[in-house]
Formats: sequence, C-alpha cells, structure tokens
Amino acid sequence: MKCAVLFSGGKDSAYATYLTKKNGHDISCLIAIISKNPESFMFHTPSISKVEKQAETMGVPIIIQKTKGVKEEELKDLECAIKKSKDEFGIEAVVTGAVESAYQASRVQKICDNLNLDCFNPLWQKNQFELLKDIINNKFEVVITGVFAYPLDESWLGRIIDEEFLKDIKELHKMYKINPAGEGGEFETYVLSCPLFSKKLRIKKKIVSGKIHSWAMEIDVV
Amino acid sequence: MILIVNICSHNLHYFEFVKPIEDVLIKNNFEFETRFYKDLKPELISEVDKVIISGTSLKDNNFLKNLKFFKWIKGFEKSILGICGGMHILGLIYKGKIRKQQEIGLTKVDFKDEFLGLKENVEVYELHNYYVESNEFEIFAESRNCLQATKHKNKSFYGVLFHPEVRNKNLILDFGKLK
Repeated sequence: MKCAVLFSGGKDSAYATYLTKKNGHDISCLIAIISKNPESFMFHTPSISKVEKQAETMGVPIIIQKTKGVKEEELKDLECAIKKSKDEFGIEAVVTGAVESAYQASRVQKICDNLNLDCFNPLWQKNQFELLKDIINNKFEVVITGVFAYPLDESWLGRIIDEEFLKDIKELHKMYKINPAGEGGEFETYVLSCPLFSKKLRIKKKIVSGKIHSWAMEIDVV
Repeated sequence: MILIVNICSHNLHYFEFVKPIEDVLIKNNFEFETRFYKDLKPELISEVDKVIISGTSLKDNNFLKNLKFFKWIKGFEKSILGICGGMHILGLIYKGKIRKQQEIGLTKVDFKDEFLGLKENVEVYELHNYYVESNEFEIFAESRNCLQATKHKNKSFYGVLFHPEVRNKNLILDFGKLK
C-alpha cells in the first residue's frame, strides 16, 4: 500500500516508518506537524524543524503543516495535511507511531475513516522496554533532545539510546515510574541514523535551555 | 493451548490487533499459537483448548467476504472469544445481521451481569464501523449506541465489540482461565 507516515523525527515515528517498509509497503511521503503550542495534545515539538533533513536522507517527500496547536483545531490542520498527501501522492493508508495514547490514536483513526484511508499503528500497546530494545537492535541512533520530568535533568540531553541508557531508564522506571519510552512526555528524541537513512546525520550545533527538570536541546544537523 | 486466529489482511495490522493479545498471553505464561484465518487446519483446531479471534482495522472487511473459512466454529465445543471483527464473525455464523454503527475511542459500557471479570460501568476502547445482532447470543453489556458484550446461549462463545487488549487486558486473562 502507498502510505504516509505521521513523522515527528523521534524514535517512535521513525521505527513505525521502518516497520512499514519492512512489511512491504511504500513510504509515499512523511507528514510533519509543527505546533506552535509546546503543550500540544497531539504533537511532539522539539527538533521538529529537523525532520526535513531526515526526509532528505530517506529520499522521501515531506509535507510540513503548521498549526497553532489549539486543542481540536489542530486536528483540522492534521486532516488538511493528510488530505494533501492523498491528493498529491495518492496514499491509501496513514501510519502513526502511537503507542499508548487513546486520544491521539482515536483522532487519527477518525480522520483516516473520513478520508477513506486505512490506518496502521504498528507500535500500538507495545511493551516500552521491548520497543527500546528493538530500536537498539535494529541499529537506530537516537539522541535525547528534551527531558520534562523529575528526576531527569540537563545531563540526559545528548545521550544516545543504548544498553547503558536502557539500564538507567529501567532503574528510574522502578524508582519513579518514569515511562521507559518517554510515552508520558518524559523525554523527547531525535533519530540521527537508522536503516532507512542513506547517511548518518551529525549534530553541527546545539543550544541547550531549561531549568531544574525541564530541559530542551535544539540541534542543527548535517 | 490457546489458538489466536488473526483476521488482518495486512501483516502490518498484526502488530496492532494481534500482537497485543499475544503479549497479554506471554506475560501470563499461557501457551498459544497464532494462525491467519485462511491457514487453519482441522487437526490444529481439534487440538486447541480455546480460540481467540482477533479484530482488524476499520477499513479491513475482507473477512466478511470469507466467512466460509469459519465454518468450523459451529462444530467447535470449547471456548471462543471474538474481539470486534471476531465478534462479528461469531454472530454472522449464527444467522446474525450486520448493522452500521461507528464508535472510535474511549467510551463507557454498562454490564448488566458479570462478564469475564467485567461488571457495572467500565471504560473500554472502541474501533468499529459495524456490529452484529444474533438471536442466538445473549447481550451482557451495551454502550449508548449498541451492544458490546454477548455470549452464545448454549455454547462457551464470548464476543466483545470493544478491544480488551487495549484497556481491559484482564478480560483476556479471565477468558484464558475459563475451565
């Protein structure tokens, strides 16, 4: 099937893209929503402007849709972007990296149904540790670009998701109930490399800002 | 051993509608095998203790055109749990009528009697465009819009329109523990 992937640049949407391709579907385009609201109910925001670089290295066109990020109104912007991908690329299905959020998943399902498109959620209900292990085993290079929960702090920015990270996050899960895959918005990620990329992306510049347990790292990649 | 019958036309839907059921069974040490509905062999069906028939995506209605692959249900004397599309199949095998009714997302369901561990008012996750009504099934639960949980009047066949693998995983466990 010809698919559009809702793509944030982070590990979940990139891994969903990988599974889609691996299962024999075409990635016709990526759709990235840039929300002006950092508290958006639907979309992750850090480093989202870097998704163009990722699309380029995958050789896949990308539709960038801006939204004010006002609840429910942002859904209209999302529908608009999905419709555009149907009109321009003839997509037959939408793929998301939704894992737990019934709010996100059900809204995308409704939009797809309205537009007569199938909807794939290949990470749906996936065990969070299994997801991190799959990402490591499939040679994804994923960097932490934001942390937003106690006891995470500035020192976590720039860390790569590897066995060491997995061990540390398991510990935090045990002690503080930190969601190991950051599904509760505890941290944000950016994919520097994966089997779909023709080359590894490299961080050229980074700007760190934040305080206490809420930190973000804006990056420029080449 | 539990047999999971996968009704998804695309393998990519397996991850969304079948794997979460497998994960519940793995976590609780149940033995199981998963087969696509067109690949079921009579020898396997005669060996299993229970069957779970999965759901599939809103747009995937291929199983409705292939009900001949589910004729074995009428002769099956053990327990079956049909989830969403799986529930449609159970009803249609027993002369049910398919009706249009979309429900997507979290909703509240009222159970009039205990049903595989669920009772009274329960939040469930819905993803369907249809449901099936069959006179051979008793209704145990309804949402504001339509029936949600049914059991065959004479057999140990259970159907749920909602997706227990999303918000009500214990229902799958209770089904797995049925004697």
